[in-house]
Amino acid sequence: MTSGVRQDVLLASSAPDGGGAFDRTGATSPWRSALGTLARDRSAMTGLAILAALALIALAAPYVAPYDPRAQPDIVALKYLPPTLAHPFGTDHLSRDVLSRIIVGSRVSLSVAFLSVVVAATVGTGYGAIAGYVGGKLDGLMMRVVDALLSIPRVLLLIAVATLWNGLELAGLVLLLGLTGWFGVSRLVRTLVLSAREDEFVTAARALGATHTRILTHHILPQVVSPVLVAATLAIGNVIVIEAGLTFLGMGVQPPNASWGSVFYDGMRDVGAAWWISISAGAALVITVLAVNLVADGLREALNARQLPAR
Amino acid sequence: MRRFLARRLAHGAAVIFIAASLSFLLVHLAPGDPFSSTLDSAAISPSVKAAWRAAYGLDRPLLEQYLRFLGQLARGDLGPSLLQPGPASAALAGAVPNTLVLMGTALILSFVIGIGVGSWQAARAGSGGDRVAGNASLVVASLPEFWLGAVLLLVFALRFRVFPAGGVVDLVMHDSLSPAGRVLDRLRHLALPSLTLALLGSASIARYQRAALLDVLPQDFIRTARAKGVSDRLVLWRHALRNALVPTIVLLGLSLPTLLGGAVFVEQVFSWPGLGRLAAAAFHARDYQVVIGATIMGAVLVVAGGILADLLHAAVDPRVRAQ
Amino acid sequence: MTQPALLTVSDLRTYFYTGAGVARAVDGVSFTIGTGETLGIVGESGCGKSVTALSILRLVQQPGRIEPGSRIMFENQDLLQLDGAGIRRVRGNRIAMIFQEPMTALNPVFTVGDQIAEVARVHASASRRAAWDRAVEMLTMVGIPAPAERANQYPHQLSGGMRQRVLIAMALIMNPALVIADEPTTALDVTIQAQILELLADLQQRLGTSIAMITHDLGVIAEVASRVLVMYGGEVVEEARVETLFTEPHHPYTEGLLHAMPRVGRRQERLAVIPGSVPPPTAWPTGCRFRDRCAYAWDRCAREHPPLYQIGVGHVSRCHLADEPERRTARATAQVSPAAQAAVPGGGA
Repeated sequence: MTSGVRQDVLLASSAPDGGGAFDRTGATSPWRSALGTLARDRSAMTGLAILAALALIALAAPYVAPYDPRAQPDIVALKYLPPTLAHPFGTDHLSRDVLSRIIVGSRVSLSVAFLSVVVAATVGTGYGAIAGYVGGKLDGLMMRVVDALLSIPRVLLLIAVATLWNGLELAGLVLLLGLTGWFGVSRLVRTLVLSAREDEFVTAARALGATHTRILTHHILPQVVSPVLVAATLAIGNVIVIEAGLTFLGMGVQPPNASWGSVFYDGMRDVGAAWWISISAGAALVITVLAVNLVADGLREALNARQLPAR
Repeated sequence: MRRFLARRLAHGAAVIFIAASLSFLLVHLAPGDPFSSTLDSAAISPSVKAAWRAAYGLDRPLLEQYLRFLGQLARGDLGPSLLQPGPASAALAGAVPNTLVLMGTALILSFVIGIGVGSWQAARAGSGGDRVAGNASLVVASLPEFWLGAVLLLVFALRFRVFPAGGVVDLVMHDSLSPAGRVLDRLRHLALPSLTLALLGSASIARYQRAALLDVLPQDFIRTARAKGVSDRLVLWRHALRNALVPTIVLLGLSLPTLLGGAVFVEQVFSWPGLGRLAAAAFHARDYQVVIGATIMGAVLVVAGGILADLLHAAVDPRVRAQ
Repeated sequence: MTQPALLTVSDLRTYFYTGAGVARAVDGVSFTIGTGETLGIVGESGCGKSVTALSILRLVQQPGRIEPGSRIMFENQDLLQLDGAGIRRVRGNRIAMIFQEPMTALNPVFTVGDQIAEVARVHASASRRAAWDRAVEMLTMVGIPAPAERANQYPHQLSGGMRQRVLIAMALIMNPALVIADEPTTALDVTIQAQILELLADLQQRLGTSIAMITHDLGVIAEVASRVLVMYGGEVVEEARVETLFTEPHHPYTEGLLHAMPRVGRRQERLAVIPGSVPPPTAWPTGCRFRDRCAYAWDRCAREHPPLYQIGVGHVSRCHLADEPERRTARATAQVSPAAQAAVPGGGA
């Protein structure tokens, strides 16, 4: 099954109609042909455009936001203002401009998700590569541990780990989300490595006296990259939601910092009186996650790694 | 079959043991303990805190604490709850049935909706209706649980008061209702939270079911059925669906942790006193006994659900039964 | 053709509208099957024989389409004009099919008894009980030992030969007028093959069913068929009684098939093989569709699509050699034999 993944990738990269950028010199890069496929995938490009716009807004947040996201001009007269031209998403219980808070909050939401997925993908790849490459009893033990970790609902695990944590800063949050997110990746990498290990060119490299490190880094890991990339992209959407959910539960990002989760949480205090706060924070989440999923779907098609989990 | 079940149970027990050990370890590796919170540290003198730590055995080496934890766990004891009077296990025992009811209802609903929509799509793959449903399920599958919950709450509980906004029963009226009225009261409270989870679950199941059916429909035995004179409707619902259910059931087993995670948020939105809401409350109280208990309980539910999914798999696919 | 025709196919065209163009898989095929007769349909894979079979019961799937102008007369009605319910009343009831892959033609999640009984439940609206009893009876008839127990088993618990017997039981349960058997023995090993053919022949004797036997194996044809249709390139290229076909084949393609056939009692250095392969159905050659692979081909074959020439009584052939027979003898004297010529690479495209 897993060798099928790699064969598909190889086939896709060598088929002339598999990618737009087919190199005439004959040395086709699988990446380039995959990029060609991706560029012609309209929904993936839409998703990518949305993500690029969001990233720009996040980077330029202080300049783009119409108001100071922490300013509380008049918490009696100006609280819970419904959406108007002056405040497109209204104001919250402290008379703060919701749009500005969402714009500034995107920085936290996006960067926490991105960084924690980097942590998760790195740890997962390392763990899975060791288990798959060493094999035998160690592999059995390591995978049993992953089995157990996968059977704990991630949200509950996060709550458990965060419980005794003093003053969870953003760095801590990234670490927590990263360290609870690598189990699936490790299993994926392990199966990929397990089958790559049996490849002829790996056997050949070994016969030529290549060291373990060299075989792993030069021959095996390159084959693992594209499935991990797809899995990581999907995970970003997932983690954005989990981070917002944790913040909504009262862990995660702490006031007065804004993230989409905290804006949603503020809105839920009196959702009957001011529905627009939570709904617009949620809409930002939904659009982002949808964009990420579109890109991940496109990547999966382009890299032909359809055997990956759907979510 | 019995051997299969025994092996599966043994595997499940091993998984739960490892999960319990890991959650104990992870909780205690965190920099801090229940009495080191920055919020209340100023008011209470260090000597008092030290006495508390000793009382809960937190001053002992980690290994000793771990062994004591295992010993207690074997007896179903998780130690005293810090959040509420009584043992942590009692708090859990109160919460688990509520979560089971919520999850069970949501699972059944999401399977009925998801399989229905997915099969409907597969029967007219490529048509406009299929595309609309496909895009809709992609969007719904991307919705965060708490957001969809909030929208349903706003519309159906606050704007149009069709369903109650939260809780398991009507706190004021429930006891004075007739038996039938009580059941109805419970169902009305269950409707929105279970629908939230079910809609999300059904979106991914529909996508999966559609793909599975499209894998089955070109197969030879479908042609055989058509050649026998079986109607298209029966070919789809009897011959193809039974085969397409196999991957969907496998998916069900694998998606349980995500589903339970989603339930945590939904319980919070609808004040549903289940495992997730208990864990969140325990988090704020630094009630680590209850938090560990809830985590282990979560793993137990996932493992038990996985075994159920395997049994269901065997019921649907005779080839699995033979192994 | 002494028997009255049970099935008359005229000018059947089944085209597939694919991204690579229109595949004319079946392109103007006409033939008849008489009551109680066994017609063999033979050809390489890709010649259109299986699509012909599927077309009769209108089982061709998208993007395939039976073109207007085709007619399939069966028991005084045109099968192509029936509505959905009408054709379903024929399928499995008056015309049954036996498919070639006994491994995959049975549904893996239902017992074989269920799958046989389903036919009776659909067509005879038999009760669950009655249909089941009938299914067990059928299993007995097709020679499955311990039929009552076997009926309760799933396909994966049976051997290939047994599964094929189950498919035959399924086909015969309604006592159909015509059974279309598409390579029923291809996936089986030789001894089982012989048993299945014997069973089919025996059942036909007893029940008087007509059979259309589709195969690429002339050995099977020799054993069961009384008349043979040779197909190539989506067309009928030769039709003859079975003895005639084996002793006096006319079409070069038939000759090639006969030479490719291993025979008992005749030692051959190597089996002669027709050079090249069937061209894609999206691009049949102009003129004669076999000419690229034919040892006799001359300029006329590229120019002119050969009609079916009458060769003898009940014997037709789609080859211009019927018009210019001297070319065959000229060739035969110039070369050792057409088969030897055919075996030389380069004879094809």
